[in-house]
This record gives sequence, structure tokens and C-alpha cells, in this order.
Amino acid sequence: MAARVQEAPFDFSAEVVAFQADVQNAGAVVTFTGVVRDDSGCLDHMFIEHYPAMTEAALQKFALQAMEKFGLEDALVIHRYGVLAPGEAIMMVATAARHRKDAFAGADYLMDYLKSRAPFWKKEVSKDHTEWVASKTQDEVALAAWSEAPKS
Amino acid sequence: MKLDILYFAWVRERVGKSQEAVDTNAKTAGDLVDELILRDAGYAAAFSDLSAICVAIDQELGDFTTLLKDCREVAFFPPMTGG
Repeated sequence: MAARVQEAPFDFSAEVVAFQADVQNAGAVVTFTGVVRDDSGCLDHMFIEHYPAMTEAALQKFALQAMEKFGLEDALVIHRYGVLAPGEAIMMVATAARHRKDAFAGADYLMDYLKSRAPFWKKEVSKDHTEWVASKTQDEVALAAWSEAPKS
Repeated sequence: MKLDILYFAWVRERVGKSQEAVDTNAKTAGDLVDELILRDAGYAAAFSDLSAICVAIDQELGDFTTLLKDCREVAFFPPMTGG
């Protein structure tokens, strides 16, 4: 398991190849990449702030929780901070499991936790407007659903 | 009790600083907020709606009733938007 917080871009393809090469007995590898979106068409960049002393430990904790809950063979989380242009990758997760359902569910679970429990804050900076991205009620609903769901 | 307070995102912007050291008698994170908002309008603006603010005590998520006993670092920030 690895969880990394970094300002620099990551090489998605190389990360996935290395992740898959390290896993001994997985029949399924699922990956997710979060990308800077520009809904308004005038986004200059996104600024991502984080809580350095807390971030990496939080990511490791969620990755371990996902591994335990879904019996994953391995999990990887990379999350960037700083200034990111539209189209740049913000973060990625990769999960490996013996079967695809656990790999998908593990990635989904990990994303729900990263969305609202990892100490990152996104700010959208346009030419004439700056706004902190608000958290969404639906993200809390998605998170709560994991504790209500029967054990798989 | 001496501790460090950290502020992030718009809480940091409203307070006007990212970090400060304080000497406080606050028993809980909520007591600490009560002390801070008496200082100036920036703090009052930052903490005007506590339902919009999260708390971490020594890098663990807590809430405004969490006891500060023996803690060294308290952080205040808006709901997180990772991913």
C-alpha cells in the first residue's frame, strides 16, 4: 500500500504498470483519475491547499481501511496540491483484488473518503472570480451509505 | 496551556493568518473558538457559522466538544473537498 501527497504531476501509465507489477495475486486492477474540470469555460487554474501534517496519514488510513473492508491485495493513492491547470490530473487511486467487484468497490469507497475526509481544499481561480469549492451534501450521503451497507 | 492553532482555506483567509501560538484555558475546541471570536471581526466572521467548520485536534478529526487536554495542535477549516 502506498499513499503519496505531492505538488508535481505524476505519470499515470508508469504508476499503473509499477502497481500491477508489484501485486502477486490479483485478477483485477481498477484505477480512477480525478481531473481539473472547467465548467464555466473561463477557469484559469485550480489551487489545492492541504494540511501537510495530517494529509498523508489520512490517505494511508483510508487506503488501509479499503484494503481491509474489501480484501484488496494492494491499494495506491496519489493526490496533488498547489496550482493545477484545467485538464491536469489532480489525483489517482488504484486498487487490486482477486476479483473485479472488490477492486471496483474498493476504489469507489476510497474515493468517497478522499472527497470529504482527506484534508484538501480546492479553490477555483478565474480571471475575474475566485471561489472555494463547496462540499456537497451528496458526498456525505455517499459516505454514510458505506456504514449502512451490509457487509459484502 | 500553550498550543498551536492552524487555519485553512477560507477560514485562514478570514482570520488573516495560517498559524499562531496561543496560551489558553479553553477546555474544548468550542471554548477556544469563544475566546478567539472576542479578538476581532476577522475571527468573528470566520467562526460565524460553526456548522460550516471542521476541527482537527492533533491531526485527528474531532468536533467542538472534543477536549483539548494535553493537545498541541488544533486546526479549523471548512468541509474538505479532496478527490
